[in-house]
Order: sequence, then structure tokens, then C-alpha cells
Amino acid sequence: MQSADPAVREMLDEARRRGVETVWDRYAAQLPQCGFGELGVCCRNCMQGPCRVSPFDDGPARGVCGATADTMVARNLVRAIAAGTAAHSGHAKHLAHTLKKSVQGKAPDYPVRDEAKLRAVAARQGLEADGVPAAELAARMAEAALANFSEGEEPLAWTTATVTAGRVQAWEKLGVLPVGIDSIISEIMHRTHLGVDADAVNLLLGGVACAVADYTGCHLGTDLADILFGTPQPVVSEANMGVLKADQVNIALHGHNPVLSEVIVQVARQMEDEAKAAGAAGINLVGVCCTGNEVLMRHGIPPATHSISQELPMLTGALDAMVVDYQCVYPSLVGVAECTGTKIITTMGMARITGATHVDFEEENAAAGARQIIRLAIEAFGARRGRPVQIPQYKSQVVAGFSVEAIVAALSKLDAADPLKPVIDNIVAGNIQGVCLFAGCNNVKVPQDENYLVMARELAARDVLLLATGCGAGAYARHGYLTPEAVGEYAGPGLKAVLTAVGEANGLGGPLPLVLHMGSCVDNSRAVDLAVAVANRLGVDTAQLPVVASAPEFKTEKAVAIGTWAVACGLPTHLGLVPPVLGSATVTGLLTGGIKDLLGGYFIVETDPVKAAEKLFAAIQERRRGLNLATRSW
Amino acid sequence: MPKQVLIRFERCVGCRSCQLACAVAHSEAKSLYGAVLNGEKPRARVFVHQAGEHKAPLNCRHCQDAPCIDACIAGAMHRKADDTVTNIGGEQYCTACWMCVMVCPYGAVRSDAAGTMAVKCDRECKDDQGVPACVRACPTGALVYAEVDAYSAGRRQGVLLQALGGV
Ligand code: SF4
Ligand code: SF4
Ligand code: SF4
Ligand code: SF4
Repeated sequence: MQSADPAVREMLDEARRRGVETVWDRYAAQLPQCGFGELGVCCRNCMQGPCRVSPFDDGPARGVCGATADTMVARNLVRAIAAGTAAHSGHAKHLAHTLKKSVQGKAPDYPVRDEAKLRAVAARQGLEADGVPAAELAARMAEAALANFSEGEEPLAWTTATVTAGRVQAWEKLGVLPVGIDSIISEIMHRTHLGVDADAVNLLLGGVACAVADYTGCHLGTDLADILFGTPQPVVSEANMGVLKADQVNIALHGHNPVLSEVIVQVARQMEDEAKAAGAAGINLVGVCCTGNEVLMRHGIPPATHSISQELPMLTGALDAMVVDYQCVYPSLVGVAECTGTKIITTMGMARITGATHVDFEEENAAAGARQIIRLAIEAFGARRGRPVQIPQYKSQVVAGFSVEAIVAALSKLDAADPLKPVIDNIVAGNIQGVCLFAGCNNVKVPQDENYLVMARELAARDVLLLATGCGAGAYARHGYLTPEAVGEYAGPGLKAVLTAVGEANGLGGPLPLVLHMGSCVDNSRAVDLAVAVANRLGVDTAQLPVVASAPEFKTEKAVAIGTWAVACGLPTHLGLVPPVLGSATVTGLLTGGIKDLLGGYFIVETDPVKAAEKLFAAIQERRRGLNLATRSW
Repeated sequence: MPKQVLIRFERCVGCRSCQLACAVAHSEAKSLYGAVLNGEKPRARVFVHQAGEHKAPLNCRHCQDAPCIDACIAGAMHRKADDTVTNIGGEQYCTACWMCVMVCPYGAVRSDAAGTMAVKCDRECKDDQGVPACVRACPTGALVYAEVDAYSAGRRQGVLLQALGGV
């Protein structure tokens, strides 16, 4: 099975029929993949290489410079963390510059839409805000945010203000508190250059510091997006390729950053008439990957698909344009688009694809750029009018939009004075055994969504509260797990009672959804905020909570960075694929064992989803035992 | 006619994937991750060398008139029913006298890690489709598992197309 998603399977048949190559074909063509790479024991960091060392006593044990397998594996891993950090923080910096342009009056299409969030973040960050007008405060906010990137002398404001005091201490003791996001990325590139840091343990600590910077960048990304575009509130929508509409101009928003997609959402509403004049019934925006998550969370824009199936909505013949910003955008889209007539529109000067149509997007002229993009889609619709389409008739209902603010608001209907109390009481009583955050991507090496679905069913049945972000949340969206109905189907009695009590107190007449969609991959920071709030309320550290994380189908370097900071936050963190570290017993042992003594968190590598759920459940029980709470067996 | 592991030297990129796969096929775990996690140190029986400008794999040719069998005084080296040559599973044990190493014109026999017996390509590495591990692993098609005549027909076809294709 290539995918658990029937819409994906239908479109794969169509791709095969039409001879269109997809990610699954290209993966098959890559097999067998290089074993040295799989073990992490190849190095291309200098021109004396490439070098690879034998995992057996059967070939060179060192690179030309003398680097051992330990050095190579550690260097490769921390470079991946640095790349992930560069991606997330690039996203956050983009938002910070947008906010700055906004307050300078240079970006009129970006008013500050959420003053309450602006003031809440300002208070948390200790910015002088009393009596300061919103515009002035936003200017200070942009400066304060940008100050996290360059090299300062103190730990970063957004790091220390957003985690528990216990975490700050633990990180300080280990020397993993970065003093600048860009500076630690740069330091990692320096350390992994030929002949610098050759000590695997020291390198990994550098990687942890960089991951803490990645966390900081993610948090900045979430905060700034909320300030500019609004903090998500529960929203009802639909997901999967069945959301495409034959008679409308279908535009997919793909990538990660809401800066462009937000404006497209606004402008599309004003261009309905233009679409109608071209013979369409309207404009239908749909999401792909995390740009899709951003506009789902804030506007209920339905996601069409995620991650590895991103090429397939084009095969319906109904997708007129795919507008992309950056990250996780497969260059192969252009080739598929040639067969289907879809316009692939790149928008960022630093992220172009040969063969795509490029519209250089600038915050200064955002609405004009968005209009130009939508017009290209309307033109493409004109060209395909009358051609038959094949839209898979699969879509699921979705309830999304669970920011921490939204969750706390829902809980305060049960206890207005102490909103977290109902959650804590139920964890103590065992109705909720613990919490699992599902994050990450799809990976072509795993049948799409399968690990997510199996693990959610196993854990929900055992009363574990489930949170999700990124393409993991997308998987749950397409399979109907973000619905109240899924609670009846999969939740254990304790979890069901709690979700129902909260849902009913909020006038939903039923439970909250089985899985709470907290947003895009930068929004993993929201899950940390929730854990930190609970930990602070209990007077413990996040490393003591019965909270675990899982990236069961992870793919990107960003996911490697997030996984590492989840461990740094003290969470037992599951990986559903074997990361390229087995070539070094030292690195493998540290990540899955030794690091626990240093940070509380550690990696659990398990490719079987049932066994993985069992191991996470055991980790939750270990934490419950530590807090003197009653435990259960699997 | 039995199939042979034949080499298209011009295609080898020197990645050593064939060696890694051969070693894994001769491990207890039979998987890369499994062997590494168990701390096994299996040895490859295919070799990749830099020969001047060329990267070149080489393994036992399973000769019909095999000098290694004739030279094996212990009587360990023998021909199996499938026509391949091995020093394992015969009537006698390998005594590590290294006669086979000395007489093999290709240097296709090596020592085990402990120096206690000769190790060579034994074709005990085939997957469920009967393809040897080194051939399966080669990403460039430098190693082919084919009958000799089918292989040479392919080469003739290629060279003729090149010479006459445009005529
Ligand atoms: S840095 Fe060392 S191991 Fe890496 S390519 Fe250069 S010589 Fe080889
Ligand atoms: S070991 Fe050498 S001599 Fe013996 S069969 Fe193989 S290639 Fe021929
Ligand atoms: S045929 Fe099998 S035993 Fe011989 S070299 Fe190839 S992988 Fe090794
Ligand atoms: S796997 Fe193929 S390309 Fe790589 S070294 Fe072996 S023969 Fe050469």
C-alpha cells in the first residue's frame, strides 16, 4: 500500500494510467539507497572527500582527514539540525520583517489584526506596553523579535520567557542556551567544517543548542503570525481532494509561510466577479502542506492534501494553479503541471523552480501581487473550461483552530478561575493518562498516514489526549480524526468523558475532536506553551510531565530540529523511521539513552506503529509513576 | 546455462554499495541495521578498486577450470551443484593454507577477519528473486546477473547501434 488515503490511491491509478511520474516512482527508481548514507557514515565536507567509512571491519575506518564514524555521524546530524533551524527561523524572520514594514507604513496590506495577542506577547516578553499605542508597541515587538537572530550576549528573550525555569536551568548547565539564532546556525557550520569539532558528544551538544534556537524561531513564527493575522479559533471545514470544485477556479496554496497566502485569501474574495466573468462559479482556495494549515487555522480554507501526495491534486485536471512559497515544495510539480495544465507559480525570490511561472512577491505590493497571481489562475481556468475532470469524491469534516488561547477559552467554560484545573484533575484521576503530540511529515518510505492512524487509535483507546501539527494534523484531517464522531469511534472511556464535558460546556452538543489540530509545523511551539502552562501550574518541569511526542513519518531536516528540541524540552520523542545515525554506536546510544540523564527527554526509534504506541504509553506511565500518579499497563 | 555476475566496468562509480550489500548478505542478521546494531563484522567478497582512472569492482569468476579447486590441498574448495565454487559445505574444512589465494588469477579470495579461513564469493546471497546481493545493490547497473551469451548479445547490439545506428 502506498497510501492509506483513498483519494491518493485513486489519483495514483490515474497517474499510472497517464504515465505521470510521482514521488513513489522516483523512490522505486532510487532503490536500493546507499547504505553508507543510511548509516550516516559518508562525508562531503571537504574536497579531499567524499569519504565513507565501513560499518564493518572491512574497509576504511576513517575519512582522509581522520574523521571517524562518530565524528561523521554527529557532524551530519547537527548540520541537518542547522538546516532545519535556518528554515524555521527564515520563516520567522520573514514575518518579523513584514511586521516591521507594516509599522513603518511600507506594507499597507498588513495591519496588526490581533492587538490582544500583541499585548499578551509584549507582557510575556517584558516589553513596556502600558499606555503605549498598538502601532508603537508593534514597532517595539518587531525590533525585539529581530534581536533574537543576530549574536547577543545573553540567552534569547524568546527562549527564556517561553519555557519553564527548570528548563532554562537545565540548558544553562549544559551550555546549550544559544545567544543568537543566526549565530548558532553559523557556529554549527563552522564546527562541522574540516578540522574543527571532532568530538561526537560535543558536536551533539552543539546540535541541541541549535535545536533550542530552532524552538525559539518556531515560537517567534507562531507569535508574529498570530499578531499579524489573528490567533486561531475553532473553525469547521473539510479536507481531502473532494474539496476541489469542477466549476470553480481552484487555487492551491502550498508551502509554509502565511505572509502571501493571507493576502491571497483576502484578495480572492474581491475577485469573485472576475472569476465569474471568465465563466467560473467562483474562486475555490484549497491548502497543501503547512501554508494549508495556516489558512485552515485562521480562515477554514480546506486542505486538499499534504506532503508526499502534493503532486496528485493536479491529476484531477481541476487544479488551475498551485501557488507556492517555500519549504517542502517538490521541484517535480513543474513536470506534472506540464501534463495537467496547472500553473505552478513560485513567489519567493529565494525559492524558484525552473519551468515555473514566477511572480516576485513583495510585502510592499502584496495585494497587487496576489491579484496578479489569481488572474493567472483565472486564465488557466479559461483554458481548461469544458475539459473533463476527475475529482476523487473523498472529503472529511474537520474541526481545527486549536491555539492555546482557544483551548484555554474552551476549558474556562468548566472553570473560569483556573482553566487548566479540569485537565490537571483528569490527568491526576487517570481519565487522561497523558498527552501525545503528533508532528512531522509524510515519508515515501512509509505507507502514507498509516503510522499516524494506527498510533492515534492505539493511544486514544488508552485515554491519551492527542495533539497534532503540520502534515501529521493534515493526515488526521483527511481521515476524519479531527471530528467529534472519531471520539465515539476510537477514544477510551476516560478521554471520551473529558472531551465530551469540554465540548458540552462550550455548547457543541458533543465532544471536542479526537485530535486537536494546533497548526503548522512552527506551531509545535503552541504545544510547548500548553505543556509549560500545565507544568508551571503544577510546579514541576516539562521533563516530568506525562507528555510525549511522535514524528511517525518524518522526512525533513526541520523535523530533525523539532525532534531534537522536543527532547531538549524533556519529552520522550518517537521517530517512526531510523535516522541516519546507526553508523555510530556512540551517537545512537547518546540519543536513545544517555541524553535522558542530561535533558529528561530522549529518542525512541520504532518503525512498527503498534509497538511505538506501546513504548510511548510506557514512557507516559514512567512519568506518572514519577509524579506519584496511578499507572496502568498496556 | 547458469547466470554469472558480469561487470560493465565503464558504469562503476565506486560507491561500494556492492561491498556493503555482500557483507550484509553474509551477516547473521541479514540486514544492514540489524548487523550494525548486533555489532557484527561480516566481510564482503566483492572488491572495488581504483585502477588508474577507473573504478572497478571484481569478484570470483567461478572459473570452469578453477585453479583454486586444483590447488586446494585440504580438499575444501569444490564446485557446488549450481556450478559455483566455494570452500564451505564441502567434504573437508578450509585449513587456511592460502593456496587458493596464491593461485587465483583475480585475487578474488581473501582471509576472514581472524585469519583462520579463506573467504570468497559463494553466491549464498541471493534474494527471493534469485538476484545476488551485489547486483541488487549496484545503483548504476555496473554489475549484471545474466547468462554469458545474453550478455554478449546485449553488448554487440550496443556497439553495432553505436557504429551503424546513424547509417
Ligand atoms: S572532512 Fe574529512 S572525512 Fe570529510 S570529506 Fe574531508 S577528508 Fe573526508
Ligand atoms: S576463486 Fe579465483 S580461481 Fe577460484 S573460481 Fe574464483 S576466480 Fe576462479
Ligand atoms: S555474488 Fe554474492 S557472494 Fe558473490 S560477490 Fe556478489 S554479493 Fe558477494
Ligand atoms: S555498487 Fe556498482 S557502482 Fe558501486 S562500487 Fe559496486 S560495482 Fe561500482
